[in-house]
Amino acid sequence: MTTDPRSVAGKRLEIAERTQILVVGAGPAGIAAARHAHQGGAQVMLVDEHPVPFETMGESVPQIWGGRMGGAVRNRNAMTEWMLEARPDLVELFDLGIDIRLGTACWGLFANQPNLGWMPGLVAGLVDEEQGSHLVGFDQAVVATGRRDMGLAFPGWDLPGVLGAGAALMLARLYDALDSRRAVMLGSTPEALLAALELMDAGVTIAAVVEQAAAPAAPEDLVARIRAAGVEIVTGEAPRGVTSDADGVTGLVLRNRTIACDSVLLGVGAVPMIDLLHAAGARCAFDNGRGGFVPLLGAGGETSLPGIRAAGDCAGIWAAKSADPALAEAEGRLAAGAALAALGLASASAGDAPQPGPAADLGEYRKAWVRASVVEAVADMPVCQCEEVTAREILDVSPPRYLNAPPLPNLTRSLTEILGEGPPDPDQIKRLTRAGMGPCQGRRCREQIQALLALQDDLSLGVVPLAGHRSPVRPISLAAAATPEDPAIAAAWDSWFGMPRQWVPFWDVEEHYTVAALATEKEHVSE
Amino acid sequence: MSANNPIPGIDAGDDNRGASVIVIGGGVTGLSTAFWLAEAGVDVLVLERGIVGWEASGRNGGGCSHHHSPLFAEEQRLWPMMDEFLGYPTEFRPNRIRIALSPEQFTLYGRAVANARKQGFRADDLDAQAVRELVPLAGDNVHAGHYYHFGGHANPHRTVQAYAWALRDRGGRLRQHVTVIGFRRQGDRVTAVRTDKGDFGCDHLVIAAGPQTGRLAAMLEVDIPMRAARAEMIVTEPLPLMPLGGIDGNGLYGRQTLRGNLAYGGGPHEWVETEAQPGGPRPSTPLAGSIARRLAELLPKAAHARVIRSWAGIIENTPDGRPVIDRPALWQNLTVATLSGVGFGLSPASGRALMQLVTQGRCNFADLSSLRLGRFDRLEPDWDALQGWLPAAMATA
Repeated sequence: MTTDPRSVAGKRLEIAERTQILVVGAGPAGIAAARHAHQGGAQVMLVDEHPVPFETMGESVPQIWGGRMGGAVRNRNAMTEWMLEARPDLVELFDLGIDIRLGTACWGLFANQPNLGWMPGLVAGLVDEEQGSHLVGFDQAVVATGRRDMGLAFPGWDLPGVLGAGAALMLARLYDALDSRRAVMLGSTPEALLAALELMDAGVTIAAVVEQAAAPAAPEDLVARIRAAGVEIVTGEAPRGVTSDADGVTGLVLRNRTIACDSVLLGVGAVPMIDLLHAAGARCAFDNGRGGFVPLLGAGGETSLPGIRAAGDCAGIWAAKSADPALAEAEGRLAAGAALAALGLASASAGDAPQPGPAADLGEYRKAWVRASVVEAVADMPVCQCEEVTAREILDVSPPRYLNAPPLPNLTRSLTEILGEGPPDPDQIKRLTRAGMGPCQGRRCREQIQALLALQDDLSLGVVPLAGHRSPVRPISLAAAATPEDPAIAAAWDSWFGMPRQWVPFWDVEEHYTVAALATEKEHVSE
Repeated sequence: MSANNPIPGIDAGDDNRGASVIVIGGGVTGLSTAFWLAEAGVDVLVLERGIVGWEASGRNGGGCSHHHSPLFAEEQRLWPMMDEFLGYPTEFRPNRIRIALSPEQFTLYGRAVANARKQGFRADDLDAQAVRELVPLAGDNVHAGHYYHFGGHANPHRTVQAYAWALRDRGGRLRQHVTVIGFRRQGDRVTAVRTDKGDFGCDHLVIAAGPQTGRLAAMLEVDIPMRAARAEMIVTEPLPLMPLGGIDGNGLYGRQTLRGNLAYGGGPHEWVETEAQPGGPRPSTPLAGSIARRLAELLPKAAHARVIRSWAGIIENTPDGRPVIDRPALWQNLTVATLSGVGFGLSPASGRALMQLVTQGRCNFADLSSLRLGRFDRLEPDWDALQGWLPAAMATA
């Protein structure tokens, strides 16, 4: 059979290493999965991006750190030691002999699917500071990438001191490097209140919990624990700005009062970190009971991509699971058990995955916060910090500022006019306004934009499509991104398709084109 | 959104009037054609299955330098005027520097320059020092380069939307989320387009639907040989603007955007099955690493810049990789167009040529004979297998 020499046919990916079961993320679910897979006799590789390089943390990757990571995070060895101290069960896995890679980010998963057929099985792209980017082949994966915090804009939210609630917890517990003494929590979800309680354990004063609704969102027992700890819950309020000095936030300004604090914690939504799975092509859907968009999962936590499974918070977040790591661990074991069964190392497991109970309307809650904080803001502030796009610019589909375009009075250039009969699509808004296109890869603005578009057209949150995720799901320098390469790729490299007649000048084109006539060589011309 | 949940101010679903000319396909080629038709006062309607510019029209390098095409001169004439014509910014910027890192690359790129010069366009040879002076991110590994006093680049997303808005400003109509399911015909005339939203009558039909063009034309017994492939690009975080954004070479095409991002592609493509209905996944692959390697070679002083995304597009290709712009003889009122994977930059000119084909039956500013469908009359039936263009077995949805 003829092959097109400039196509991928016959080209090889340089796979640096292979493993049977790849586990991404060393939280409760990932650790449980790795242990179970190892005990079942599989070769296991467990990767975790922490400790994250300092420069990467500066871009709010993978969490909204808000500049409140102490200087200690620059010392990666110390951070690794702290991580191991914080996660004794991870040390246990080291002792078991499991191949654990810390400080190693997984930036892409690749699986054959419609429109992609040349992967040699399942492939992961990893990157670390020593090796740069390299590829690992695997038979089964358990993705346990956890959660991140929904961003929420208000005037001053781009100052140091505004950070995610989960990010603060991670800095406090995993890094022992949270540079905050007194914080205000925005939002009263179960996840926010649990984070507040843990931060208090870690020595942080929670000055108040602020909730835009008339009553806290979390169940009463959790609210009672917060009140018992002496924390005021301010309801019916929303941020109007911050007071600040050279080090960032010094207070949170509400409609009717100002609360002194050095940090404002974004706790309005804990979001499943699905970037890796979605970018790989796993189907995702909005699930109110699971914290937003999550991968569609079959038995054994398998995504729509065979052999790639999800466990822990990235598979869904709900109150009971947030309160008890045993649920995430159970998901991890189930996924690992199914992976073992797929490898023929175990019989199919019988266990059922933990399921969420009924949940309050998450979409309404997040939209209400965006309305109270972003839409009703009294000053313009960026919703997309990287590209400096405001809510008004998003809804007006304004050209980006670098164009210095004069305001266009034209009525056809409106959000409703470009939509046709489809729901508003954040990817289309992104293309035109650049909201979500920056180096933080949309981590800070994605959920807000979804809520803004839903509010604008009075839609339920889940109707607005999930904006795309693209690999690499972590920013990687060009130098580090250059993976080892099959010499055959270099030998056949062409800027475009390398067709023998495509760039022949029009005055030199034969009257008839046949494949046989290609035997008459013409000079190869570049596009 | 369904008709029972309309967007305020928009009458959803009741605009089923036909048009004098219907264009199937809301990519750059179809939108430009419709824009020029509306500009000429023709009643025109564009039918788009999804959102405008969602496929290859919005997923390309934004280049505007197609020296091989009979539409080259018109492409060069029109681009500097398009912002004013359309009334919306396309981010077009003229000129390009192509950098060769080896004598072989310099020879290869020189052939393109010779074609442009032959058509009266100016291109200067640059030595390594001159390249470094003009391209702050270039490095010590430059062999030589060419400065094109033509071509340039524009922003595909903004250009697509500019066509769409300009079309509407001139009274043309655009329906998105409309899927074509067939045609009505009378003798040698197409009388209506059948869609999932009803039938739309037309006096003339233009099919400019990218990879779907072949399938749609086949419903009218017109054979347009084509195969689809996937190609990939990467994008970095913004960097300070270079004096000229149209910089490429070292086996890459691409540009520095006006925002400062480096957006580049190149390297092997993959032949894929043409989707029965578009909208499947557009996965990118670890080839991003190979593109990153070459970009770091092309612009070594940008090696620290972080890649923040990659993307892939599905592109149709005719057997020789050249466009088809023609009126098939079988029909009195049908015009077909595929730009064969190189449509963005040529779109101002291709749309104007198509407008003339529709309204006058011929193009008065370019010789389109090399783009005739009839050049494939003697094509081997198994041309795709002979050229190695058959997709490998792929996982199904």
